[in-house]
Amino acid sequence: MLIIQHKKTIDLIKDLAEKHGRQRNALIPILQDIRDKCGQISDFAMQAVAEELKIEPTEVYGVATFYAFLGVQPRGRYVIRLCRTLSCDMAGKDDVARQLENDLGITFGETTKDGLFTLEWANCMGVCDQGPALLVNEDLYTQVTPEKVGEILDSLRCPA
Amino acid sequence: MAIIKESIRNQITFSQIPFGEGLKKGVQLTPEELIKVVRDSNIRGRGGAGFPTGMKWSFTAAAKGDKKYVVCNADEGEPGTFKDRVIFSNWAKLVFEGMALAGYAIGADEGIIYLRGEYTFLRNQLEKELEEERAAGLLGQNVAGKEGFSFDIHVHMGSGAYVCGEETALLEALEGHRGEARNRPPFPATCGYLGKPTVVNNVETFAWIASILVKGADWFKGLGTEKSAGLKLFSVSGDVERPGVYEFPFGITVEQLLKEVGGEGAKAVQIGGASGHCVPASNFSRAIAYEDVATGGSIMVIGPQRSMLDVLENFMEFFADESCGQCVPCRIGNSKLLEGVRMLQEGECTSKYLNELCKLAETMQIASKCGLGQSSPTAFLDIVKYFRRELFSGQAF
Repeated sequence: MLIIQHKKTIDLIKDLAEKHGRQRNALIPILQDIRDKCGQISDFAMQAVAEELKIEPTEVYGVATFYAFLGVQPRGRYVIRLCRTLSCDMAGKDDVARQLENDLGITFGETTKDGLFTLEWANCMGVCDQGPALLVNEDLYTQVTPEKVGEILDSLRCPA
Repeated sequence: MAIIKESIRNQITFSQIPFGEGLKKGVQLTPEELIKVVRDSNIRGRGGAGFPTGMKWSFTAAAKGDKKYVVCNADEGEPGTFKDRVIFSNWAKLVFEGMALAGYAIGADEGIIYLRGEYTFLRNQLEKELEEERAAGLLGQNVAGKEGFSFDIHVHMGSGAYVCGEETALLEALEGHRGEARNRPPFPATCGYLGKPTVVNNVETFAWIASILVKGADWFKGLGTEKSAGLKLFSVSGDVERPGVYEFPFGITVEQLLKEVGGEGAKAVQIGGASGHCVPASNFSRAIAYEDVATGGSIMVIGPQRSMLDVLENFMEFFADESCGQCVPCRIGNSKLLEGVRMLQEGECTSKYLNELCKLAETMQIASKCGLGQSSPTAFLDIVKYFRRELFSGQAF
């Protein structure tokens, strides 16, 4: 990583520590913001957070890897999470999953080469009466059908 | 962007109480009198575990501490439950009032809503409504005109972990740690958030408090059954004509419920989410209540065309993924059960091995550290008990 990027990361983390505080209970809000702003929680960012909060980097790593919505892997700009739990499963999530894989050319757990989309499974998202459901970042889509998949992806590629 | 229909299917009783009325009435009482009303109503925790709310409040009120907290458990992650999302979308202010009343009862000035990451789309609306409550004098200084009573609420976002619905794991997450359940005792009532006495209640529990104050403890106690007082919200999904959120009194039978939601002809109903009980058609006369089949509100209806083996695989995949990994019975046990389900799917499981898996499941119920591992084998044992023939033959009966 270039030194200038290191500097940017450190500045961002200092700003976030000002916003959320430097107590231990600020750790997860800080990591959430890093994820939202950088798309990833890098090794360097974790060390910088540890330094700022005066805790061990392993503690930060332990927390970042525990939660499904944090995670240390690079993700695309849009993270698509398809619910795989029973009600969405019975509503036909397998067909939606296949169409997502076909249209994106990746399998679950992967990111498209252009860095735009990451495809992941999610456990129950609390819209069981309107499945199959998927989240694109924070936005929820309900009653998704395979034929709607292309439409959704197009709307993300070229926002109106 | 979120496109959600609010499928509220019948009258939700607590929604008839005007915002603010319960809170204004509650702060006229002394904290002791308020706790007495809640205790007399016999309301039990609506998240699923069913601990008496009045008792929880009185323990926390009695606990010594310079600072106390009220935490709203909005980490609604149990498969098949979505009522808390609907409550927040429509009647969030009733939840805030319930939290403020809990704060008044136990002597806390700070409330925290732990909202699951999947519900981030609700956050702006909640923040806006909190602002409106402050402007209306129902949060902040001298709440509802009560001299000297301050209470405010902030929202803390979760980050995607089912186990954080367990209250001590939730507190760990709030404190910035991995969401791993704590040993109990001490209970949160004496040693909760940041080591301070803390009340943790479900969204729906808080939502009912205002109407209990307005309509009286006896009104609530008179509904439902003797051991499961009151009305309950149910999240109904799966093979039914009318999925959505319903209110029913506790004690309703599975059969009556299926008729209301258009799920007659079901082969089984999963009650209480993946961690709950699987009730086969032969047992549809059983009642939904803490003393019979308990639930936090999740009702997943399984139609006759479904394979119970697929249902079981879905649940075990869920638990193998969501086990936090802290204790061995849950971490290894759920993976072994999933492996067993896959063997059954391949037609390669011996009867002896299936019996051994059942013993493992029973061990998990006893030896796991928290509710996740203790309850994750329940559906496995139920499905093996009631659908053994189907599991071995791979054909629906």
